[in-house]
Amino acid sequence: MSLLDLFRSRNKTNTAAIAKERLQILVSHERSTRSGPDFLPELKQELLAVIRKYYPIELDQVKVQLGKQDDCSLLELDIVLPVNVKADVA
Amino acid sequence: MAKVIVVTSGKGGVGKTTTSAAISTGLALRGFKTVVIDFDVGLRNLDLIMGCERRVVYDFVNVIMGDANLNQALIKDKQLENLFILPASQTRDKDALTQEGVEKVLNELKASFDFIVCDSPAGIERGAHLAMYFADEAIVVTNPEVSSVRDSDRMLGLLSSKSRRAETGQSPVKEHLLLTRYSPERVERGEMLSVEDVQEILSIPLLGVIPESQAVLNASNSGRPVILDAESTAGQAYADAVARFLGENVDHRFLTAEKKGFLKRLFGSVA
Ligand SMILES: Nc1ncnc2c1ncn2[C@@H]1O[C@H](COP(=O)(O)OP(=O)(O)OP(=O)(O)O)[C@@H](O)[C@H]1O
Ligand SMILES: [Mg+2]
Repeated sequence: MSLLDLFRSRNKTNTAAIAKERLQILVSHERSTRSGPDFLPELKQELLAVIRKYYPIELDQVKVQLGKQDDCSLLELDIVLPVNVKADVA
Repeated sequence: MAKVIVVTSGKGGVGKTTTSAAISTGLALRGFKTVVIDFDVGLRNLDLIMGCERRVVYDFVNVIMGDANLNQALIKDKQLENLFILPASQTRDKDALTQEGVEKVLNELKASFDFIVCDSPAGIERGAHLAMYFADEAIVVTNPEVSSVRDSDRMLGLLSSKSRRAETGQSPVKEHLLLTRYSPERVERGEMLSVEDVQEILSIPLLGVIPESQAVLNASNSGRPVILDAESTAGQAYADAVARFLGENVDHRFLTAEKKGFLKRLFGSVA
């Protein structure tokens, strides 16, 4: 390490901390999608295709989750529509 | 009862083959009859790392296809009485490995070995799946780097859902984290994920931390698994990992940067 490096390392951003934060978000997202049944990703894609006929949305705006409530399975859809976009039938 | 151990990672080039060679050699050094199998069909490399490349006659696929029996294909290690290598084929296509074929070979090996170490190819396709499918324990080799950690997490997902233990409702595959190519200096400078970071994200028990070490290249150059280089940090860290694998309580080493004097820090290699 040179003298220059010694000073440089003082105010460098901590990229390891950024890496950790990004990984925590990504991994928890990926775990939640794989804990469901195998058809969930496909279901999500097909839903996206249907909604796209009316709203220009992206994959990450559709959240599909299979949960449990009492004795029932609960399929939760969470779809974020963009603001100020009128329904536009393609 | 023989134990099947898979050395896996998802991501390529993180140190699976280096680890398979070191761990299998370490288990044999401890007196266990051990065989290490190269599952990387088409890209055989374990033979080179184990230093037996010139003695390969038959391979894993030959045995599965019935062209040779196990005794003809198993290569006995030059130095260690109880260590054997089953090489991958260099030429055949990957579809030559079948689940039934792999199971048959493993069952035959189980009759005479204590440990069967499976060196997985990279990826999550057929070869990697077959390498982990019959495992009792998994050593998940991870580098302190975002894509490696993410791939390890995916592999952990597969181990807990797509292994035979998972599919048949047995107790789960026992998972071990092995963090390799670790550089304490870079961690201290905030340039590299720390062992605590990776453990927090993957949340599986830590088997060991193998430091980045020149000795690994020397070992592969000479075809002697790095664990035999007892002087090297990587060799010692692998020996510790083997001890922990066998249930011994061993403190982790090589986790902090070598303290350098002020002058050395100023002038680096010049001093
Ligand atoms: N602790 C270490 N220090 C320095 N170099 C290392 C270390 N571990 C592995 N390497 C180097 O990393 C490279 C890849 O190692 P290795 O072949 O074991 O990885 P792999 O996971 O088996 O790769 P593949 O996915 O292609 O099968 C090699 O050049 C090896 O020498
Ligand atoms: Mg390899």
